[in-house]
Formats: sequence, C-alpha cells, structure tokens
Amino acid sequence: MLREVLQSEPEIGVANGRAKVTPVIQVENLHRIYDLGEVQVHALRSVTMTVYSGEFVAIMGASGSGKTTLMNVLGCLDRATRGRYVLDGQDVSKLSKNELARIRNSKIGFVFQGFNLLPRTSALENVELPLIYSGVSHSERTKRAREALRSVGLEGRGEHHPAQLSGGQQQRVAIARALVTNPSLVVADEPTGNLDSRTSVEIMEILQRLNAERNITILLVTHEPDIARYAKRVVTFRDGKIRRDGMVEDRLDASRVLFDLPAIDEEEAEAG
Amino acid sequence: MDYNAIFRVALKALARNKLRTVLTMLGIIIGVGAMICTVAIGEGASNQVQQQIASLGDDLVWIVAGSVNMHGVHMGAQATKTLTVEDAQAMMQIPFIKAVSPGVGTSGQAVYQGQNWASPVMGIGPSYFDIRKWPVAQGIPFSQQDVDTAANVCILGRTVIQNLFVEGQNPIGKTIRINNMPFRVLGVLQRKGLTPWGQDQDNIIMAPYTTVQKKLAGISWINNIMCSAISTKAIPAAEQQIEALLRQRHRLRPDEDDDFMIRSPIDIANAQAQSGRILTLLLASIASVSLLVGGIGIMNIMLVSVTERTREIGVRMAVGATEDDVQMQFLSEAVVLSLLGGAAGVVIGVFGSMVVSRMLHWPTLVPPEAIAIAVAFSAGVGVFFGYYPARKAARLDPIEALRYE
Repeated sequence: MLREVLQSEPEIGVANGRAKVTPVIQVENLHRIYDLGEVQVHALRSVTMTVYSGEFVAIMGASGSGKTTLMNVLGCLDRATRGRYVLDGQDVSKLSKNELARIRNSKIGFVFQGFNLLPRTSALENVELPLIYSGVSHSERTKRAREALRSVGLEGRGEHHPAQLSGGQQQRVAIARALVTNPSLVVADEPTGNLDSRTSVEIMEILQRLNAERNITILLVTHEPDIARYAKRVVTFRDGKIRRDGMVEDRLDASRVLFDLPAIDEEEAEAG
Repeated sequence: MDYNAIFRVALKALARNKLRTVLTMLGIIIGVGAMICTVAIGEGASNQVQQQIASLGDDLVWIVAGSVNMHGVHMGAQATKTLTVEDAQAMMQIPFIKAVSPGVGTSGQAVYQGQNWASPVMGIGPSYFDIRKWPVAQGIPFSQQDVDTAANVCILGRTVIQNLFVEGQNPIGKTIRINNMPFRVLGVLQRKGLTPWGQDQDNIIMAPYTTVQKKLAGISWINNIMCSAISTKAIPAAEQQIEALLRQRHRLRPDEDDDFMIRSPIDIANAQAQSGRILTLLLASIASVSLLVGGIGIMNIMLVSVTERTREIGVRMAVGATEDDVQMQFLSEAVVLSLLGGAAGVVIGVFGSMVVSRMLHWPTLVPPEAIAIAVAFSAGVGVFFGYYPARKAARLDPIEALRYE
C-alpha cells in the first residue's frame, strides 16, 4: 500500500517551493531556570531562533542538553522564565495556563514517543479529542477525524482500539490527532523512539509528505542522527545553548528509503 | 466543551470498570434506599393516624371525671363524683362549644327471647351521635323528650344485634330486657369497627343518660362529657374555657388540682404524629450517615481514578483541555456515579417499602418529594465529594502528567 502512495507522489521535494516565508516561531533570549530550592538549574540559556512556516526542523542533543525543555516551551506546555516567544504572530510568553491550553488546542499538534493514545477508546475518538475542546459539533468532529485518519493511511481503522493496532499504526493515529485541528506547528517528541527501523521510516515518510504537501511546520525532537537526516534543518543543543544550526546537506527521502527496504511480508516470507 | 459530550465521556469512563462502579455506588444506593424506606414507613404511619383523627371527629373535646386526692391517696380516673349533668348544661354557654352530651357508663346483661349478651351500656344525650359522627343507620335516635322522661329506649351496636337477634330479624321496635328491665329498641348504630387497639366499638348499648343514671347505674353524677368545638382550631380555646368553667363550678381553690381531665383526640393524635415524625427524622438521619459514607467512597475511588489516569489527563491537557475542562470531566463523573446510585437507591427504597407493607402489614407511603430530595441529595454528595479529586486532576502539570508511568 505504501508503495502505491510513493508511486503516486514521486515529486515530494518539489512542494518545498510553495513554502511561505512567514515566521511561525520567533524566540528571543529565552531562559528557562528550574528552581529546585537549594539549586537553580539553568535548562535554557539565552536561546534565540526563528522557524519559518513550512520548515522541518530537527532538534538534537544529548539528554540534559535542554532540547526537551525547549520543546515544552515551544509546545506551550511550559513557560520560559525570561525571554520572548512569539508563536504564529502572537506573543505567548506571558499567557496564563488556560490561555496556553487554548493555544495548544488551536495552534499546536503533539506527537509523542509513547503515542499517548487513550486506551480502550477507538482511533476515531482519539483523533476527535482535540476538537471536543474547541467546541466543534459532533458530526463535524467525526468528519474531520475521518479525513485526518485518511491522510495518514488509516481509513477503515477508525473503530479499532489502540490495543488492536501495531505501534506504527498507533503513531499514525497520534499524527492524525495532531493534524485534526489544522495546527500551525506540529511538535514531534522522539516519534520513532518506540518503533523498529522500518516503521520509523514509514512515520518519517508521513511527516515528510505532510510537510511537503500541506506545508505543515514540523519540530522534530530526536537524539538519533539518522532520523534527523529526514528533516531540512538541524539545530543541535548542548548545555542549554544552541551549538549548531544548519540545513541538512544529505537529506534522506523517506519514500526512497522505503522503496529500497524489503517489504515486511517479504521478510516474513524469507523467514518462513 | 458541550455538556452532552461531558456526560457521555463520564458514562464511558464508568462503564469501563463496571464492578468498581457498582461497588462505589453501593453506599449511595443503600443510603438512599434506607432513607426512602424509613420515610415511607413513617409517612404511612402518620397517614394512618390522620385517618384515625378523621374517624374520631376532628372537633371532639372529651371531659372525664378526674382523679382526686383524698388525704394523700390518689384515686384513679373517674373516681370523683363531682361531674354532673348541670356541668354539661353549663358548658353549652361556652361560645366555642356547639354541642354537648353527658355520658354515663355501666354494663348490662341484655336478653331477647332465648338469647343473652353482656355489653357495655352508655347513657348519652341525643347530640352524642353528631358529636362522635356516628349516626344511627337503621331506625331513629332517641329524643330530648326520652331523656327528660328517662324513657326505657335504646340504640344497639351491630355486635349486640348479631348476638341477640337471628339473622334477618328486624330489631327495630322489639323490646329487649337489660338487667331485667324492658327497653324498646329504637335504632341500630352504623358499624364502627375495631379501635386501633382492638376493642370492638360495635359491642355497645346506648340509652338516654337519665335512664342509665337512675335505672341501671343508680348514680346521680356522670362519668364524662363529650362536646364538639365549633372547629378544630377552636379546640385549645374551648379547652381553656371548659377548665375555667368547671373549676369555678366545682369551687376549686387555685392550689387544688383539677378533679376532671380534658382530652381531645386530635391533640393526642397530633402528638402521636409528631413523635412519629421525629422518629422518622431520626431514622432518616441515621440512613443519611450511609450517604456520607457512600460519598467518602466516591471520593476515594475518584482519587484512585485520577492517579490511574494521570497520563490521560496529560494527553487531554496537551491537546487543549483547560483546567475547567478537566475539572468538569471528573466532577461530572462523580455526579453521574452518585446520581446513578441515587436512582438505584430510589428504586430499591420504593421496592423495599412495598415489601415491608406486604410482609409486615405496615402501611407505607412514598411521598414524591422524598424521591426528589433523595435524588438532589445524592447529586449534592457527588459534587461535594467529587470536587477535591476533580480539583486535583485539574491542577496537574501537563508535562509531569505526560511523563507519569
């Protein structure tokens, strides 16, 4: 099935030209200090960066480098101690908890390492979840959730519960959930961390396609250099500071990589 | 977030762990069920008392010759000989009294042809039948003239008729002998049935009080006076005036006790109903302790549920649920839990009170407002005990919650 997708969409890279150059993320002198009583941990030190609409940015770094903290702040789950953060033209650095929840609902989609789907709840209802909190009517929710599931290649799986789906399928449900509100920014935190290598490439293929076709801005947090090579730009963190920020030179095209990988059923046939 | 969706999410969450849900509701079910049951039994009892009041006559005031203290020895009720026909006649002057009948009690052996029967004999005035709301069903009551002439006439209760006369025989106009004196039967009383304490009220012979005084009992005084107040509300005022009048007529000094007793059945019945109501209230409040325990059970399970679903809360917050959304979700879960318990409790309470009235033959009555109160109360329990766990859920930090294992 994926082969069909890839044959019908051969020129993924071409869509990049359509990217508009409006900034989605503008961060200036961002600091995040955790006050642990006796010690203060400086997780982010004066981070300044801009991400434009349609960019696919991988954020890399060892654990403790500050990349998770940055992701939490950029994802509006956390607030910076100091500095300015403008998301999609709106200054969100001083918003209250509830206002941040509304921003997350309307502008941000999350994809997590552990999928974080609601158990014993159908894929369709999982995808609908963000729309419940934005007050979308029931029929509209179902319609948009089905669309989102189709865009990740899971049409007809809406009634399945997470336990009935493979890891890759679960992550695709999570991507559909992130997309269903048409967010300005998708934040993916180690989305392939729990997946085998082939499924990882499948997920990266979906992210690349969504980035290219729908011009969705993606922030990918990872510590795997192989995965970062599917992004267009890599920002590397160490000790709470940006160490390197540059475009990916030898960018991988997930659909090509998939094409070269043996299909799963062939592997199984060989094993049998 | 619309309420319909909230309700459905709550139901679904509760349906996920049915056994736990039912066990959690059990406290509320038992509490509401017990409350409905006790209220139904209490209301049934007080309803029965009300009916008894209606059958006694709601304007009845009853004066009984009282105990007297003779040189420090208390005699029992009706031991005095001071209550007289003149007292009764004087009471007619009291504006709050509309009818008076002197009463003399004795007993007699009635004989008719081969049959004989022992029965209480009451000497009364002609207005007695109105005062007691106990009409003569067949024949006619005796008249004032019969009283004035101490005529040998009588009215018989149904039980006396059954024992003296053959089935189908018309007793009206027949002459029976009471203590060897001939009495003409004027009428038959309407059937009254048993008193609540099982005494047969139809086993009675009634005759003019003058006749009973002079010919059967041989006394000059009377035992009691029955009167009708002009209304139920006038009873307390009438009682005061009767007391003043009788004290004056009996020449009692202020330091002397009354030598008579004034009773009004409605007072007694009201007192009975009141104490019944207090008992019901007491039992219902004991039952409500179970509601409290049930509420604590709900709180406990909700706290466990919040901990178990920390990750779910984190996900909901990440996709845009505000604190209010999360709080509302858990609060509505607690309320749905307690409301379902309350509804089940109402069903069990109504069913239980039906079983009680069937098995124990106690009258029960479930007032609709008791059901409304029970349902409202259980919803209140849900809100009260669900608030803290819901607050705890809403206050979670999304980052911590998402990381929770």
